Amino acid sequence: MTKSSNKIDSKNVKVDVHYLTRVEGHGNIVVDVKDGKLTKCEFQVIESPRFFESMLVKRSIWEAQHLTSRICGICACGHSLASVKAGEDALGIKPSEETIMLRKLLLYAEQMDSHILHIYILVAPDLLGVKSIVPLVKTHRPVIEMALRMKRMSDYAGEVLAGRHIHPISYVIGGLTQLPSQEGLEKLYKMMLDARKDTEQTIKIIKTLKFPEFQRPTQYMSLSSNEEYAMYDGDLVVNKGSKTKVRDYRKLFSEQVKDYSRAKVSTINGKSYAVGALSRFNNNSDKLNKKAKEAARELGLKAPCHNPYLNTAAQLVEWVHCLEESIIIMEKILKDGINENKVVVPSWPKRSELDKIKYKPNTGAACVEVPRGSLFHEYTIDDTGHITAANCVIPTNQNMGNLEDDMAKLVPELLGKKTQEEITLDLEMLARAYDPCISCATHLLDVKFV
Amino acid sequence: MKKQSKPKVAFFDFTDCEGCQLQIANTGQTLLDIMELVDIVNFREVMSEAGEDYDVAFVEGSISTDNDVKRIKKIREKAKIVVAFGACATIGGVNGIKNRFPLEVAKDRVYGDKADTVNTIKNMPLHEVIKVDYFIHGCVPYIPEIVTVLKCILMGKPYVLPNYPVCVECKMNENVCRYEKDQECMGPVTRAGCNSWCINNGNRCYGCRGLVDSPAVDAAKDILSKYGLKVDDILQSFTLYNDSMGEKYDKEFK
Ligand code: SF4
Ligand code: SF4
Ligand code: SF4
Repeated sequence: MTKSSNKIDSKNVKVDVHYLTRVEGHGNIVVDVKDGKLTKCEFQVIESPRFFESMLVKRSIWEAQHLTSRICGICACGHSLASVKAGEDALGIKPSEETIMLRKLLLYAEQMDSHILHIYILVAPDLLGVKSIVPLVKTHRPVIEMALRMKRMSDYAGEVLAGRHIHPISYVIGGLTQLPSQEGLEKLYKMMLDARKDTEQTIKIIKTLKFPEFQRPTQYMSLSSNEEYAMYDGDLVVNKGSKTKVRDYRKLFSEQVKDYSRAKVSTINGKSYAVGALSRFNNNSDKLNKKAKEAARELGLKAPCHNPYLNTAAQLVEWVHCLEESIIIMEKILKDGINENKVVVPSWPKRSELDKIKYKPNTGAACVEVPRGSLFHEYTIDDTGHITAANCVIPTNQNMGNLEDDMAKLVPELLGKKTQEEITLDLEMLARAYDPCISCATHLLDVKFV
Repeated sequence: MKKQSKPKVAFFDFTDCEGCQLQIANTGQTLLDIMELVDIVNFREVMSEAGEDYDVAFVEGSISTDNDVKRIKKIREKAKIVVAFGACATIGGVNGIKNRFPLEVAKDRVYGDKADTVNTIKNMPLHEVIKVDYFIHGCVPYIPEIVTVLKCILMGKPYVLPNYPVCVECKMNENVCRYEKDQECMGPVTRAGCNSWCINNGNRCYGCRGLVDSPAVDAAKDILSKYGLKVDDILQSFTLYNDSMGEKYDKEFK
């Protein structure tokens, strides 16, 4: 940890957060201001590399989903879905409408699960001036119990729909290995209805918290669709601009490797960009359902919003959207039932059938919106159905450059106004607002003023 | 009367996906109960305080850099009890797949001409580097088993790992055997304890809990040959989680 200097020095500041806490994974923030000049401003991902792209090579396309969900425990469902979609794209398989409906349900559940974890466990302690939820368990017990209840609902959704939330079991290429149980669905539906009250309460709480003031317009990228608030599918847009097909993602942005970081950094037109809840909100807020729009109004969130700290508020708006969309899907399922024949892949994967498949060498790509932003999987397969090349582009990598640019604008604004300690906290909070998932980026955070 | 102090518990992660730690958060109400019984002093993912004084270290993830080796040895020195938590920590997990490629190739594929900046060594489960007191297998660990092991630790008792294959649980759950359905399954040689989680959900076992001690290799081979398969046909599946244990396992099978 950094030593604090109580006297405010507007000329010299050193931040050195080694192992940033309350984020997913391992990362450092290193900032150096000498004689009033910012000489260093880095967000270093120091996670041990895991080489998933390498691990996928030579494995069957049918195994890809199982393997890639292990990239990240928190976005395991998102990785699974991006993976099965990319696999289907490579194999030329079209899943049924019913399958897609269930996938959306799982994706919404994951958005909710991650957002609530981020809002209450990772961000709220900063806004309440404590170091973690541990003291809050004593001082704010009902709130913590409510947070756990909300988390439990979305986690239970993973359990009912896919066998478990972390590393889902039944969602595979082509459909599901098994239908969710009727009993589980009914219980889940009830939990969702109950979650409405907790949601209202949460909006009231978050409304009273004060997020730091900071503005920096940037390029906001996300999926976008004419039909709905895009999460499962769509085209790529930047600041509501022209559309790019997901398959052409390499034409839209490019990735570079930096010396000081295990994560790659992406740019659009040579400049940093943001992905995640705020980007989605900025591009697609007109597609939110009624309750989510109301929540945004109550939280004072308007598109376009250029304050990255308000990503947390955008997450809460998305929680409301996902909850209401899930309730609509659940009501349809409970009323009409699910046609097993259209959803379940019989005997997946059957040996005798697998052996007979004629594979065409092909490349498939897919993108889904996961809690932290647009997630891409791309696989190339050979004529035996084995992967010869893979690329996974995760949201944290894409946000990395934008976070550094935010820090570079923020630090000079704080010089002379805040102590080194306060600046450090603001930087940590900024990084946390992005909800960086460094395990994916290979892993995240720790601030260093060097 | 002076209250007996609660055991101090710390969580550490190495090369991993953090799913195991998140699984703790997913215990829901049980989490609050656990927090009554222990003092969590270090849990980087959810708290900024970092206690250096702990009795029990839950360690997630595999060892894959020189720095990891140094760090895990320090943790071992400080902790009275070390728990290898999850497949990455107990058997190397999916990270082990990288062991089959020359490290240079793996680095190049991901980092291109910046590959030199990457420090990485062979992937290892914890017990290849330090002594481990408790093993909680699985990717991700099964919550009821996590709770059972926690109880054992609190009572100072050893946790006896199930030493029968997943098939036993699978049959108790009355699943149709995957082999009957013309699929393959690692259940016959994989250590039970997950209540045949994946098969219950229509999938197959991938062997995330590692090999049972002295697996009934001959019986497993019989099952395979009954369905027209050889050990080699399913070994590729086994490499998904168990590549770091490859040498040991090869001996069992060959
Ligand atoms: S064992 Fe599985 S869930 Fe646990 S850290 Fe490793 S990959 Fe993640
Ligand atoms: S082989 Fe697999 S499916 Fe068959 S009984 Fe064993 S665990 Fe169950
Ligand atoms: S069924 Fe097999 S792969 Fe699934 S959790 Fe159990 S041991 Fe792991």
